[in-house]
Amino acid sequence: MAKGALITMNNSVAGTVRLLGAGLRALLVLTLVTGVIYPLAVTGIAQGLFHHRANGSEIRSAGKVVGSSLIGQQGYSLRYFQPRPANGLGENSLNTRYKLILSGATNLSADNPDLVKAVRKARAQVVKDNSVAGYTVRPSQVPADAVTSSGSGLDPDISPRYAEIQVHRVAERNGLSLAQVNRLVEEHTQDRTLGFIGDPRVNVLELNVALKALVAKG
Amino acid sequence: MGPVPAAVLQLLALIGALALVHVPLGNHMARVYSSDRHLRVERWIYKGIGADPDTEMRWPAYLRGVLAFSVAGVLFLYLLQRLQGILPGSLGFSSVNPAQSFNTAVSFVTNTNWQSYYGEQTMGHVVQTAGLAVQNFVSAAVGIAVAVALVRGFARSRTGELGNFWADLVRGTVRILVPVAAVAAVVLVACGAVQNFSGIHEVGQFIGGSQQWNGGAVASQEAIKELGTNGGGYFNANSAHPFENPTPFTNLFEIFLILVIPFALTRTFGVLVGSVRQGYAILTAMGAIWLGFTALMMWTEFAHHEGALQIAGASMEGKEVRFGVGGSSIFAVATTLTSTGAVDSFHSSFTGFGGGITMLSMMLGEIAPGGTGSGLYGMLIIAVIAVFIAGLMVGRTPEYLGKKIGSREIKLAAVYILITPALVLILTAFSMALPTPPNSMLNPGAHGFSEVLYAFTSAANNNGSAFAGLNANTDWFNTMTGLAMLLGRFLPMVLVLALAGSLAEQKPVPVTAGTLRTEKPMFTGLLVGAVLIIVGLTYFPALALGPLAEGLA
Repeated sequence: MAKGALITMNNSVAGTVRLLGAGLRALLVLTLVTGVIYPLAVTGIAQGLFHHRANGSEIRSAGKVVGSSLIGQQGYSLRYFQPRPANGLGENSLNTRYKLILSGATNLSADNPDLVKAVRKARAQVVKDNSVAGYTVRPSQVPADAVTSSGSGLDPDISPRYAEIQVHRVAERNGLSLAQVNRLVEEHTQDRTLGFIGDPRVNVLELNVALKALVAKG
Repeated sequence: MGPVPAAVLQLLALIGALALVHVPLGNHMARVYSSDRHLRVERWIYKGIGADPDTEMRWPAYLRGVLAFSVAGVLFLYLLQRLQGILPGSLGFSSVNPAQSFNTAVSFVTNTNWQSYYGEQTMGHVVQTAGLAVQNFVSAAVGIAVAVALVRGFARSRTGELGNFWADLVRGTVRILVPVAAVAAVVLVACGAVQNFSGIHEVGQFIGGSQQWNGGAVASQEAIKELGTNGGGYFNANSAHPFENPTPFTNLFEIFLILVIPFALTRTFGVLVGSVRQGYAILTAMGAIWLGFTALMMWTEFAHHEGALQIAGASMEGKEVRFGVGGSSIFAVATTLTSTGAVDSFHSSFTGFGGGITMLSMMLGEIAPGGTGSGLYGMLIIAVIAVFIAGLMVGRTPEYLGKKIGSREIKLAAVYILITPALVLILTAFSMALPTPPNSMLNPGAHGFSEVLYAFTSAANNNGSAFAGLNANTDWFNTMTGLAMLLGRFLPMVLVLALAGSLAEQKPVPVTAGTLRTEKPMFTGLLVGAVLIIVGLTYFPALALGPLAEGLA
């Protein structure tokens, strides 16, 4: 009996090893197809046809690269249009010889007192920053995107309504007329794609680059 | 145009696009899995594997193929992460720690793509493209293969043979996933998704100084991430990251990619069982649930503001301006009603009900339309349950597609629907009862409980999205979600293949006047009812403690 059981066991062990070998070989061959050939082919086409976009849609100001038009930035002075808050952004805790931006959201729930406080504070700040002589922003004019953090923390856009309430401040601080700044915002406002996909938006970095150029031109 | 009509139009455009490709893609997939021809590249692959693609397998052999391939996948992906520190082309990133490597390996092999790591600081080019992206393809192909094996179980008679696993795996990858993903990836790049193998990129900033990004093969991974209902993001922000999902159009396109194969598989099913009307009955049930949930989500996200969202004036926390509330709501439902789990907005900051809908979507078992393959086999299991219930009502032996649903079949189906709820509820209960796991919660009160419930719902259903405030990178959550993903993926597959084997052995029952017509609207209604009642009864107490308590507060 022992011998019979042993043979059966040997057979089943050998069978299992053979099967795992087949599984591993299948994985390696398919890795070659989907993990090497596929990404390299797509990269080749992408770099050939859409070189600028495949490398991050970089944007220049006065000849210098100042970022990607897709990636929102923080820290603009009040001379410029302000982006959305980005309270969910982080810095890398691993591989720290780089200083990487960690994309992310706050993940705070609607009923979290911290979020309630953050929204109230952001709104008061937006009202204060954008109320200038002869123009007072009412709290009810402040749109939601101005007081909430985006999903990525890298939202490159603001709503046209948020741009609109910043126009007076930007005009005043740069010595431009309201009409000039309004025209700038209008030129950089993108409507919904085909009129119904997504929401209308203004790209903050592109707008600020154009603003800077306009001011420099005098 | 206001945001609500625009969102409705987006939904209609999406339905139009899905309808347009439904028949051609469904028919193509039916041909792929029934053709006798092998492509030349496939012959090379079979030679590499050392397998004969024409050998028919009975269910245990088919299952052994699935398991052997998946075990190899977990081991390979685990080792790749553990060795990252010495692999070239990895940006000099260090190796990933053991618990996280295990969790991630299991996560990608099970088509879950739960991520307890931050992509941009953890995974270099080699692990992303040769490890994670590969599983995006093959785990999807395995899902479709198992679904097709079940369909063959219904279609075949007096044989136990279900096809050849290696052939199904390779064909799904080579003839369906790779071509569609390649086209989709190029579309994404054209709209701004990045695709390069550069190192860490230092770029100037507007205010001076510089910022550092990682590039990578993002578009190629994004395409299969959605198409294969995987959902693991290249970056932490997933499809909210502008390099993954740059425009409102790509957002809608990615939603389309998520839904296209699961919906089209109902056509494949119809063709393979010889009655496309049977496929339409399943499709209608899936579509009704999907539309209903999407409408509910839009309603709560557009209108039902609360707390901080009320004060802000719109539910924009965790959402991108370019997608808006509408695009984000459609995405959130599509990603949780399939096994995708990619996010373009963060579910934890949705309204209480909105978060509850994403959770309920997963709890339905991800069958409307569900993951690639897993959606179809999940819904067919519910169909078996539904004919059984109908059979009880009229006192007839239940049958479906000419096969008797006897005691063996109904036992397999019943155990199938018990597995995931058992995993979710037991692991959630333990996590709440033990002293340390609750420390991982970010938010206080009911929402904190929801974070834990969401995590296990997501893991056991192989979804992968999260109420991401939860700190899941602890030994407890890495291990337990890993376990939930493994059992939640492979135990149901065992049952599905066993069921397929037992159906394939039967001889067909002739249709008589007393046969329940499963291609008729009444059966579709029965199916939707069965889904909602089974899930409602199973999860209601847990939902009442979490999202319902939050939404009603």
